Amino acid sequence: MPEHLSRLQVTAGLLLLALLALPFADLTLAGHDPRGVLWRMAQGFLAPDFSAVDEIGRALLLTVMFAVAGVAAGGVAGVIMAPFYDRPGLRAFCIALRSVHELFWALLLLQVFGIGALTGVLAIALPYAGIFAKVFAEHLDEADQRSARALPKGVDALSRFLYARAPLALEPMRIYALYRLECGLRSSAVLGFIGLPTLGFQLDSFFRQGEYGAASAIMILYVALIASIRLWMRWRLVPVWIAAALGVLASVQSPPMGQGALWRFLTEDIVPVPLRGGCDGAALADWLRDILTMEALPGLVATVICAQIALALTGAVAFFGFGLIVPRVSGRVGAALGHLGLVILRSFPEYMLAYLFVQVFGPSMLPAILALSLHNGAIIGHLLGRQAEALCPDLRADAPRGATLWGWELVPRLFGPFLALCLYRWEIILRETAVMGLLGVMTLGFFIDSAMAELRLDRALVLLVVAGGLTAAVDALSRAIRRRLGTGALRRVPRETLLGERA
Amino acid sequence: MLLDRQSLGYGAAPVLTGVSFALAPGERVALLGRSGAGKTTLLGALYDALLAQGNRVALVPQEQGLVPQLSVLRNALMGRLDDHGALYNLTNLVRPRAADRAGVGEVLSILGLSPQTDRAVEGLSGGQKQRVALARALWRGGDVLLGDEPVSALDETQGAEILSHIAARFNRVVLALHDVDQALGFATRVVGLKDGRVVLDATPADISRARIEALYA
Repeated sequence: MPEHLSRLQVTAGLLLLALLALPFADLTLAGHDPRGVLWRMAQGFLAPDFSAVDEIGRALLLTVMFAVAGVAAGGVAGVIMAPFYDRPGLRAFCIALRSVHELFWALLLLQVFGIGALTGVLAIALPYAGIFAKVFAEHLDEADQRSARALPKGVDALSRFLYARAPLALEPMRIYALYRLECGLRSSAVLGFIGLPTLGFQLDSFFRQGEYGAASAIMILYVALIASIRLWMRWRLVPVWIAAALGVLASVQSPPMGQGALWRFLTEDIVPVPLRGGCDGAALADWLRDILTMEALPGLVATVICAQIALALTGAVAFFGFGLIVPRVSGRVGAALGHLGLVILRSFPEYMLAYLFVQVFGPSMLPAILALSLHNGAIIGHLLGRQAEALCPDLRADAPRGATLWGWELVPRLFGPFLALCLYRWEIILRETAVMGLLGVMTLGFFIDSAMAELRLDRALVLLVVAGGLTAAVDALSRAIRRRLGTGALRRVPRETLLGERA
Repeated sequence: MLLDRQSLGYGAAPVLTGVSFALAPGERVALLGRSGAGKTTLLGALYDALLAQGNRVALVPQEQGLVPQLSVLRNALMGRLDDHGALYNLTNLVRPRAADRAGVGEVLSILGLSPQTDRAVEGLSGGQKQRVALARALWRGGDVLLGDEPVSALDETQGAEILSHIAARFNRVVLALHDVDQALGFATRVVGLKDGRVVLDATPADISRARIEALYA
């Protein structure tokens, strides 16, 4: 890669990749009656039915409780690991933790702990621990180092950390933790789709019964829950919420697992078949080649194709959409409507949107691409729109309005941050694309799910490593490109606003 | 009458009190006074008042308001965005029309910016940036030009040339200037601000050097 890349080169490169991927993408309409389904769904959504109070209430409660417990556990682990994040071993461990999607973790944990509370909490806590460790370590690095240097020489490391380092990074860490809880609510809801008793499970069963009104009700309440997070999640209430989560989750009934499930999982299930009867190198090579060529490679190719198209569309949604929430561009009413649209799109996790689209279009790449680009485009659009609003008071007195303002003043100023945000989302989009396989799209998740269903956990593990490796590779590539874009494209956006919704 | 015994400023404490201001055709006004005396505030109020009367006003703000990522040409083109619809402007942004390019090109050659036409503003020197802001105002054209220290970053000769060009192009001009000789050479009327009031309003010929020095004392 050259030492410097221009924004134009990077944009053109990403668009070109998407165009090259397009002919190979499976965009067929596989649903048998898309128009009819869409019509029935629309009718149901316009007439929400709140009568199934018990089921809806319990699903929402458990969604919150799993999120609180998982994020808290991941946060504590992250805080403990953050000061040591510069050690290569720990860094690699954290990368491995976070490059595997929550749903994949859940599928794996199901084999060990069954469909119980522990599976749900760990499925959130494990990847989040890796993310928290990395981001908290960055907060510590970015905090003012002068107070630590001003301490006397002989102060021990722990005191130095607690007195002069941690307090300075506390505020960004708190803001980030709150943002992560919002992500946790999305993760927790999605875990329901593989059987945990959260929102996804309830939504799925409403859909199976054709109760679109009830599905609409639960989704409206879910958006309200996420939008009001700052009202009910107060820093002082955290201990209360954690205690409540422990209490509620302890009451979750789950079928007991047989004795020694963990032991069997570690010593038998995930050991490659050719090695179970003794060491057979040739058989192992055949076994591995078979998985890599028959499953990993097609899954990998499909994942990349789907993700690259989704990334380009994400960019398009954000690029053309961010002006919608800026009053000077779209007017006061237009901005309010724009905000509403973006809030709805970014409250629903990609996976849940894709689930809805699969009901309509059937399982091709189309629903996955639509879901990924709408959700991620809404997030980037929201962040850019807020930056644009912040720019507006400083514009010259005779600056234009409307689409002209968007094109001449806002787009040129915000194109750098826009590109950085797209590159940052690249890894996330790829992770999510792999997982879309669970919905029947032929990405890596499809093969992982099939292997799990056939209880061939050794194969599933190989595929998980491939998926994780792909995510980690794209993360590294994205970072390399961002660095070469120069002018600290990433640094200009504070960490909280880059990742989070509200700084 | 543009301003009639008005108090100007932000919030509870006005920056200027009891300001009355009219601008006759052909008048070129230089605003003098120490920094913080209220020149920018007065210019802001004049801008609003002139717009309210339906004048076409060209503006050179002190902070310039350039878009650093865009080229000199496009920044200058911004002077006429409100003459066209959004569609024209958006296509012009992607590829400026030949006529607009030629028109701006003339302005840029007057200001000595022709070699930089297609360079991004973020790579220019302070004086070049200031001339881009001037180019935007000249391309806008119109009846009145308001400028807040529009030639502060240019050398004396260049500044004088550009000021005489402004005088030729605009019927009425109000500029905040800090170089007294430059102001006296350019203006047909000098307005001095001090202690939150207009303390001086006369033609250059009628003003003694001492009265101007008193403004800065």
